[in-house]
Amino acid sequence: MVTAPPLTPTFLLGLTALAVLLYDSVWPDSSDASVLTGISVVGSLASLGTAGWFLTADTGLAAEGISLYADAVVVDGMSLFFTALFAAVTILVSLAAYDYFGGGNRGELYGLMLLATTGMSLMASANSLATAFVALELVSLPSYAMVAFLKDDRGSSEAGLKYFLIGALSSAIFVFGVSLIYGATGSLLLPDVAAAFESGLGDRTGIAGVGVLMVAGGFLFKTAAVPFHFWAPEAYEGAPAPVSAYLSSASKAAGFALAFRVFVVGFPIGAATGAGIDWALLFQILAVATMVLGNFAAATQEKVKRMLAYSSIGHAGYVLIGLAAISAEATTNGDVMGAAMAHLLVYGFMNTGAFLFVALAENWGVGRRFEDYNGLGAEKPFAAVAMTAFLFSLAGVPPLGGFFSKLFLFAGAVEAGLWWLVVIAVINSSLSLYYYSRVVRAMWFEEGEHDLAGAPTALYAALAIALVGTVLLLPGFGPVIETAQEAATALFA
Amino acid sequence: MIIETLIGFTFVAALVTFLVPDEVANRVGAALSLVPLVGTLWMWTQFDGSGNALTGGTLAFETQFDLLTLSGYQVQWFTGLDGISLPLVVLTAFLTTLAIVSAWTPIDTRQSQFYGLMLFMEANLLGMFTALDFFVWFVFWEATLLPMYFLIGVWGGPRRKYAAIKFFVYTNVASLLMFVGFVALTFGGLGDSIDTLALPEVAMALNAGGNVSSFMGLAPDTLKLAAFLAMFVGFAVKVPVAPLHTWLPDAHVEAPTPASVMLAGVLLKMGTYAMLRFNFTMLPDVASDLAILIAALGAFSVIYGAILALAQEDLKRIVAYSSVSSMGYVLLGLIAFTEFGVAGATFQMIAHGLISGLMFMAVGVIYNTTHTRMVGDMSGLADRMPVTVGILIAGAFGYMGLPLMAGFAGEYFIFVGSFHSTVIPSAPLFTAAAMFGIVIVAGYLLLAMQRTLFGPFSLDADYEVGPAPFHDVAPLAVLLLAVIALGVAPDLFLDMIQNAIAPLVGGGA
Repeated sequence: MVTAPPLTPTFLLGLTALAVLLYDSVWPDSSDASVLTGISVVGSLASLGTAGWFLTADTGLAAEGISLYADAVVVDGMSLFFTALFAAVTILVSLAAYDYFGGGNRGELYGLMLLATTGMSLMASANSLATAFVALELVSLPSYAMVAFLKDDRGSSEAGLKYFLIGALSSAIFVFGVSLIYGATGSLLLPDVAAAFESGLGDRTGIAGVGVLMVAGGFLFKTAAVPFHFWAPEAYEGAPAPVSAYLSSASKAAGFALAFRVFVVGFPIGAATGAGIDWALLFQILAVATMVLGNFAAATQEKVKRMLAYSSIGHAGYVLIGLAAISAEATTNGDVMGAAMAHLLVYGFMNTGAFLFVALAENWGVGRRFEDYNGLGAEKPFAAVAMTAFLFSLAGVPPLGGFFSKLFLFAGAVEAGLWWLVVIAVINSSLSLYYYSRVVRAMWFEEGEHDLAGAPTALYAALAIALVGTVLLLPGFGPVIETAQEAATALFA
Repeated sequence: MIIETLIGFTFVAALVTFLVPDEVANRVGAALSLVPLVGTLWMWTQFDGSGNALTGGTLAFETQFDLLTLSGYQVQWFTGLDGISLPLVVLTAFLTTLAIVSAWTPIDTRQSQFYGLMLFMEANLLGMFTALDFFVWFVFWEATLLPMYFLIGVWGGPRRKYAAIKFFVYTNVASLLMFVGFVALTFGGLGDSIDTLALPEVAMALNAGGNVSSFMGLAPDTLKLAAFLAMFVGFAVKVPVAPLHTWLPDAHVEAPTPASVMLAGVLLKMGTYAMLRFNFTMLPDVASDLAILIAALGAFSVIYGAILALAQEDLKRIVAYSSVSSMGYVLLGLIAFTEFGVAGATFQMIAHGLISGLMFMAVGVIYNTTHTRMVGDMSGLADRMPVTVGILIAGAFGYMGLPLMAGFAGEYFIFVGSFHSTVIPSAPLFTAAAMFGIVIVAGYLLLAMQRTLFGPFSLDADYEVGPAPFHDVAPLAVLLLAVIALGVAPDLFLDMIQNAIAPLVGGGA
């Protein structure tokens, strides 16, 4: 009997990246990118399928998990769940990139993106701080290049530089934090770090505390949460729209995947709080700051893409609730973190979809401001309907996937006793309806004149897939939330 | 599964209509809307439910299965009909088809989107009236907002953007308030004594008494009162109960006629339906304690809406404000807690749905021809469009409560019920005050008709004013026939309504 290695989904992503690079180096001047897109989509689809199969089939991976490579890597429900999410976003973005970068050399972009996705998948599996750092860099370095991919575009280059500078700084902070943790606990493996926390840190508590804080800084950068969010509006706005979609959905989720595992497994809340390192409190404060800042800043924007960038910061604030609501006594830790994971999955569809619509608008040559979207509903009904669904879903309006994921997240926080946090989140969520509906109003209620050339097939296909995901995640939310909560609960066992 | 089939079909129909070319969308939309209509009529003939859905009655066409678990509560797909929801489901399907046909003349841009949205709204309304699990119900409840928001915002009059946003913000904030109230009551108050949020289970747990525990420092009774008020205010916006009605005239005046028909005919009933299901069925004790306040609000809506209607010059505004007035009767009938009162109120929901739909549609047909709705701009229309005017006059008499028309039956039952109510203090006084509203209704309707319809024809227009086309008049005629049929034979619905509300009442004869 042949058994597939547990890391198959990650391997598939990496192999796809190599296949893309190989093809691109053999036929570097090929102007037709359909083969590249095909490789990228099929490879991601295979990874998605394998991850889904491992999750649902009776492999024991979802419940038990398995450690590999001297415990440096672990494959369990959570890593498979997130890998599926990353692969799904990669499929959407690959399709969109086919039309968006018409004529340019897309081989490099696909290669970089698939390498980054491989890194994300590894981030979700990392069981050691060393693996975590390597995976984080494997995500970051291609991302910088992707943001600056439009070499002749000043906005793109500027965004890439800003992203790189802040990214390099936060990587340094992260790795410094890792070294402090190592100094305090004597290990880089998360279970051993946890054991050191459990058995008491003595006079090394201070070092460990600073280390935890700095490690948190690394995650906050990746998830674009306060106070490491400054790069996000610039990078998302300047980057090519499909890359913005990729960063704001997949990259953000990867940051959370790593944060969930490192904090829950590595720094067990009971022992950490006992030692005075109350990271749940830290995340409560940051969750509030992030969602308030993201939403209020989004409400004042004049450009759609920048508004989406700030809204993406706001959503990082909601997901932080998944960490903020964890406490040593509660029995609901798995539920609320599972809800946060489910929200990231729904977000992966609706937010990617919204950015892809922006990509479509840029492709058509429509401007960037809200007014420039006037009348798009009458001219391109399908795309506008999809965008409307994404925006209402982002706002958490009931008939769409975003409603249930927010509901479960908030319900989990209420159960954990964080009433005040939920009240703030609900107020923010209501406010978000204001700025999301500005786009809807512009598209449907206003009149506008555009000269729109055609309907790019691949971009439309990506929009359609994202739309189906956003809509189907309402009736199909049951299995998603159950899988996510089971996977999250397993972490606390 | 018939309910699910119809809802699913209507969603697909909406999608199909959305995608067909504009030229054929009107025919396609109307044809597809016949399927849910025939389906609901078939359900009417096959209806075998008895008792109230929320108090352990037998449901017709029941479906129930688990969907997912939320914080320990099972969320279910749970649908079924009782004598309260069946008439509303039939009304929804009936009015949607007629409203779609009435849109053929006025809607001349982006037709496929328009008819697609109408069908999308119908699907959600059917879901909302049949759902018996809170979450499923809430999803449908909210989902009806979106199509109406677009219908007003895209095809509306000059101030459509303002009206659409106002409608959306008012009803959305109201929904949030109601949601918080209900969730506090169930999650907080009932806690572990229920394991689903199925409306029957919640209602029975609440009515069993003693199940509610204190929550967030609120004693059980205070919690029930707070939840009642949050839900009541949330639903009152939708009804609308004065003074929460201010979104309604804007929405109605700006909305295209078919959307107005659906708004007045069905969407307003969502508010009173939900009040009946939630406030008056789940928390009857609290309702009784607040009876004087609620009855006063009802009577106030009746009089205030009528006086406002009296002051209007725009025919559509007159009908819009008179809706506020008519829905006041429904509130009065519900709070009476008598068999006649609650049954009359439920019947009045149907009757008013038909009559206000008829009035909006007739005003719309006149507007299609004259391009004005201002009372002062025209006179003597009876000369030029006799059939339309004849139906409008008949509808207006129905509004005034002419015997043998549906409005009479509803209002008569409400007055009898509220007069004898032992729940409302000084019930005869409130009843008398509300009855006075009828006089004002007669006043403004007769006055407006006299000025516009009779006398020598005059209209400052450089276009031909003649009889309306057949497909404009036919829905009017059908509606009028329905109004008369229900007036002559109220038992078509009244029997099942009385059967369904019987477990709820106990406040007098």
